[in-house]
Amino acid sequence: MTPAIELENVSVRYGEISALRDLSFSVPQGAFLAIIGPNGAGKTTLLNTLTGIARPTRGTVRVLDKDPASLDGDAVGYIPQVKTLDRHFPARALELVVTGLRPRWPWRLRAADRAAAMNALERTGAAHVAERPLSALSGGELQRVYLARCLMRPSKLLVLDEPGAGLDLAGAAAMHHVIEEYIADHDATAVMITHDWEGARNHASHVLLLNKHVVAFGPAGEAATEQRLLEMFGYTGHLAHTHGDNDA
Amino acid sequence: MPEPLTYAFMQRALIAGILLSAVAGYFSPFIVQRRLAFLGSGLAHAAFGGVALGIVLQFDPILTALPFTIIVGVIIVLIRDKTELAGDTAIGILFAVAMALGILLLSRTQQYTGDVMTYLFGSILAVQPTDLAWATGLGVMTLVCAFWWPTWAYATVDERLARVDRLHVKRIELALVVSVATAIVVSAKIIGILLVSAFLVLPGATARLVAHSFAGMTAWSCAFAIGSAVIGLLGSYYTDLPSGPTIVLLQAGIFFVIAAFTRR
Repeated sequence: MTPAIELENVSVRYGEISALRDLSFSVPQGAFLAIIGPNGAGKTTLLNTLTGIARPTRGTVRVLDKDPASLDGDAVGYIPQVKTLDRHFPARALELVVTGLRPRWPWRLRAADRAAAMNALERTGAAHVAERPLSALSGGELQRVYLARCLMRPSKLLVLDEPGAGLDLAGAAAMHHVIEEYIADHDATAVMITHDWEGARNHASHVLLLNKHVVAFGPAGEAATEQRLLEMFGYTGHLAHTHGDNDA
Repeated sequence: MPEPLTYAFMQRALIAGILLSAVAGYFSPFIVQRRLAFLGSGLAHAAFGGVALGIVLQFDPILTALPFTIIVGVIIVLIRDKTELAGDTAIGILFAVAMALGILLLSRTQQYTGDVMTYLFGSILAVQPTDLAWATGLGVMTLVCAFWWPTWAYATVDERLARVDRLHVKRIELALVVSVATAIVVSAKIIGILLVSAFLVLPGATARLVAHSFAGMTAWSCAFAIGSAVIGLLGSYYTDLPSGPTIVLLQAGIFFVIAAFTRR
């Protein structure tokens, strides 16, 4: 089976700055990949490369067996970091969800679109914020709204840029559940940047430890070992105490 | 018919005022939400350089100011994108350069430069059929732009999301800058370079205070702009005050009253 994502010797440079160096890995279809790395590790650059926003300086990237830049907007469901949204834009959550159907801002909401958006918001546990202005949403509520937006137009690839930021424990667990359900329902592949190591180990099928280059890649239990996390961050938080890993 | 409207010059002024304020009201929400208020002001001042060029070359100043201002707008976007300078720095540089160029050109010409005052302060009561033709053309351009309202609005709320959805956000931004530059140049002679940026900011800012959706903001913005133009124009006739400043002060008055009574 063709991998959903395949990178061969991919490097990305911004002028003199090397953002990514010589990345090679492939992600099978139906996988749930968590990307973990310190700040400045090139995580967002990698997502930009996968979504076709950025071009690699060297190497080849194939996403769903295509050059990412040639993918239709329909092919990728995307959840950006909450900070990219203009929170003072005069709009309700429902309107943002409806843009998941088509990349146009609605003049007015059609009944069918409204019903579909409400259904998606219910699945992400955010139906109660449907009529709220964007400026009144918390970070966690906005993440759920974005997730609902992705449910409106199921894609074969779901790309999430720190979707857990701002979510409480229950919210993060619900989000992981919705992503897993999304993958199963739509035969999709998901790629998620996260700083939640534990969530990644428990929910993702694959983990990529990234620090401008591939530190480790593979099934979650094998790649995100305590020893590797310690080497990369110099710190593993409470993982050592809660899991008692001994995988150095 | 109200007495002022029995005069041809007032009829032309009213038509021009409605057309130009509708155009400004339409673009204003984009300018406000994209935080481009200073761009409007910068392009208006840049238009002065283009007008001066036309006067010196003895061309219709609109014909020189139009390409001149559009080029300045595009250069502002390019400087911001290709360097690490912020957009307002690029605007500050370019509008000072354009103003300086305009003053320099006018200082070297022996020709009559009284037209400059018309462009600086505007003269809505002196609207000629040619000006009306330009205003109508601008109205048609805006109607065409309205076709792209859904994509321009989407690229405004979250540029990154729009890029992943394969919208050409850079082209959209350039189209907006070119449209605003065109609106400024066509409005300059009627509203005045010094006041036109108020037309582009105040209706959208006022609409933002009352609207709960971007569609509503656009509609309110057009309504505020057109209403202020009509009331301001007729009011200036009865009070014998200059029309352009009357309209702007009315727009500002509405803004401050609504701001004072709006709770968020």
